[in-house]
Amino acid sequence: MKLDSKIPQGPLKDKWTTYKDNINLVNPANKRNIDIIVIGTGLAGGSAAATLAELGYNVKAFCYQDSPRRAHSIAAQGGINAAKNYMGDGDSNYRLFYDTVKGGDYRSREANVHRLAEVSGNIIDQCVAQGVPFARDYGGLLDNRSFGGVLVSRTFYAKGQTGQQLLLGAYSAMNRQIARGKIEMHNRHEMLDVVLVDGKARGIIARNLITGEIERHSAHAVVVASGGYGNVYFLSTNAMGSNATAAWKIHKKGAYFANPCYTQIHPTCIPRSGDYQSKLTLMSESLRNDGRIWVPKHMEDVLAIREGKLKPTQIPEENRDYYLERRYPAFGNLVPRDVASRAAKERCDAGYGVNETSEAVYLDFKSAIQRYGTEQALLHGDHSPSKEKILELGEAVIEEKYGNLFQMYEKIVAENPYKTPMMIYPATHYTMGGVWVDYNLMTTVPGLYCIGEANFSDHGANRLGASALMQGLADGYFVLPYTIGDYLSDDIRTGAISTDSTEFEEAENTVKERLDFFINNKGTHSVDHYHKKLGKVMWDKVGMARNEKHLKEAIAEIKEIREDFWKNVKVPGSLNEFNQELEKAGRVADFLELGELFAKDALNRNESCGGHFREESVEIDGPQKGEALRNDKDYAHVSAWEYKGEPSDAVLHKEELEFKDIELKTRSYK
Amino acid sequence: MDLILKIWRQKGSNDKGQMVEYNVTDISEHMSFLEMMDVLNEQLVAKDEEPVAFDHDCREGICGMCSMYINGEAHGPDRGITTCQLHMRTFNDGDTITIEPFRANAFPVIKDLVVDRMAFERIQQAGGFISVNTSGNTQDANAIPISKHAADEAMDAATCIGCGACVASCKNSSAMLFVSAKVSQYALLPQGQVEATDRVLNMVKQMDEESFGNCTNTGACEVECPKGISLENIARMNREYLVASLKG
Repeated sequence: MKLDSKIPQGPLKDKWTTYKDNINLVNPANKRNIDIIVIGTGLAGGSAAATLAELGYNVKAFCYQDSPRRAHSIAAQGGINAAKNYMGDGDSNYRLFYDTVKGGDYRSREANVHRLAEVSGNIIDQCVAQGVPFARDYGGLLDNRSFGGVLVSRTFYAKGQTGQQLLLGAYSAMNRQIARGKIEMHNRHEMLDVVLVDGKARGIIARNLITGEIERHSAHAVVVASGGYGNVYFLSTNAMGSNATAAWKIHKKGAYFANPCYTQIHPTCIPRSGDYQSKLTLMSESLRNDGRIWVPKHMEDVLAIREGKLKPTQIPEENRDYYLERRYPAFGNLVPRDVASRAAKERCDAGYGVNETSEAVYLDFKSAIQRYGTEQALLHGDHSPSKEKILELGEAVIEEKYGNLFQMYEKIVAENPYKTPMMIYPATHYTMGGVWVDYNLMTTVPGLYCIGEANFSDHGANRLGASALMQGLADGYFVLPYTIGDYLSDDIRTGAISTDSTEFEEAENTVKERLDFFINNKGTHSVDHYHKKLGKVMWDKVGMARNEKHLKEAIAEIKEIREDFWKNVKVPGSLNEFNQELEKAGRVADFLELGELFAKDALNRNESCGGHFREESVEIDGPQKGEALRNDKDYAHVSAWEYKGEPSDAVLHKEELEFKDIELKTRSYK
Repeated sequence: MDLILKIWRQKGSNDKGQMVEYNVTDISEHMSFLEMMDVLNEQLVAKDEEPVAFDHDCREGICGMCSMYINGEAHGPDRGITTCQLHMRTFNDGDTITIEPFRANAFPVIKDLVVDRMAFERIQQAGGFISVNTSGNTQDANAIPISKHAADEAMDAATCIGCGACVASCKNSSAMLFVSAKVSQYALLPQGQVEATDRVLNMVKQMDEESFGNCTNTGACEVECPKGISLENIARMNREYLVASLKG
């Protein structure tokens, strides 16, 4: 099958408007006869469910948590981008579009990104109308801050809990529709397969996680908004339950999976502390507005710190290596995430890491506290403030901006980050790759849509900070509700879809057989045993830096782990009950396949771009020496994989990326 | 450190439960409480016993899923945190730790430490929203200036994570702190004014129907709230309710 991205014709800036003006609509009376299933209730799924229900469709929404409000979008901290230009610093839709394409290292689809920039402003209007309490200045207007990879302030925020507030906004919109009976909400349910009838997505098989009952649900279209697959690494900033099962199941039923190797390793996370570690915690990128990243210049200081003989606060300025400011003077501490992560790895690999395992660097707020303290003292009319007064006033400003993050850090590490620099290290955070979708956000299966982090479309090979929230809400509130109508306009005479068909029966049987297998296998190792093994291979060999040898080893090792898993996995308990080990078993089984495709994709893409860094592809000399080297001649395409059984049999389809409005350049932040 | 755990085990909502004792050894003080529970569950799986079911997801204190009642306190002995943010350094070698689910009539046990908090969902559905269409045809976000003070106070109320610690801590199992946080968030913003009367009446009505107890101002909820939601919100909701009732 040839990939058709269905990008509308015409000038870039008019594509979306013209397209919307010309697509088919479903009249309000007919919408009442059309059902749509939405999997996942994060920013993308939640906003889509609410808007589709408001338009008049009958929505059936599913989440594995006990409430839609718990989806992991809730944990997004720093903010949401929008090209409002409220700060008057020269922002525009074009600049947001340009920054996103450049930030993504020219591996995203121009038309999708421009549309995203166009609707971004509207998201803020919508959220304010919903009662989202964004941060404001003393004049009562909305405040903005700056994020990595851009030179303007366009990030709207609600303390360090922006994701929470936006998700609660979408959740409240859902609640309004649940109360009206327009959304049928299925909490504590997990989708275990999609059902195709005559080649179209017509329903799902889901498991009620409380009773264990297997249920059939039908609809005229299915929307998957199940988030990313970062937990393939076992340790990530994702929630414990975040999984790729919905996305992987639809891949196995015909949806191509695009660019699995594009994964974001976030530079500022709390370092791991031991083998028992179950997840990693992010410290928001917004901290890089005020925090400066450094390691000691001299090895003797590094060793003294590790031995506990020296404190970081005792190291004088001249003996600190602010390596981001040194290497990237134009963007400094606000380089994009992939660049910041690799720079931290470079210093730590060279032996300058500041904890026992040499896997930590400092994020220091001392300069900011001084700067804010002095400014506040002046504002208070104190022209010769004492040192203590400056510290007190400065710390108060930092607390107002990042208080909850500092508290999180203190609880985990048991150190006071106002007094001593934070220790941070990169961790898996977000996956830019995902299910391939066309301009309508439809997958290669008719009637099957994929939105939010679960799809691949907008961030290319690297996502800029505060753009995930923007994309999730753009897809759910403003894009999918239009584009899905074009497809459903053919379905107004179809009538309700019966679940009493051989297609549903077959899908249900497959699901049941697999669950039976897990319960009856009575193996020797727990599910987590395999998940941790997979995670270690992924991190060591398919992590921040990749090479051919390691990738080939990873492919072989993951296959081995998978085969062992299917022989020796042990799942206690029974089918028809609340059984968390059984839930995990299904998810890890899918990660064990996805991980291999991930490594295969990374092996196939012999260039460095964004979050995908191949050691074989670096600048040899010149001002960019040592930086990632992209290869536009051979790799300016989307790699979309078709399922054919084993991951090793997956077939590659290429969508060539055309850049008509942007000139492809080396991404320089120097 | 080595610990003795006394954990509530209950097969299903209709079964009778009981406290069961377990030993765990070699627990690091740097572990989170839930990582300690992971260690226990790995042990149980290895011995072919059923692991302890407990709710958890983000493990960074924001999703509101985790819900353990530890040594007689919702989310355990530390302040301003959820169960997942509790660390083992809070405990000492040889301690006995009692772990129960959040108990309230309105939160029936599903299994072990997992409870059903659908009552909270129904309260939110009764009025926890502003009836604005999500079509995007709203006015510009800066059209209505909102004082920083009001915006900050609304944000403080809006940080509620809906975990239910307030209910579990209250001797009456009252949900007033939870409900008042949502009512306050909207009451403090101009966007929330239009439906203020109906909202407070409907949400309180639903709360009463869900068999939560009354508020007797003991303030235990505020003490145990992981997000520091203030009792002032309850006072504000009472004012809103009074005004709304008088308006009819």
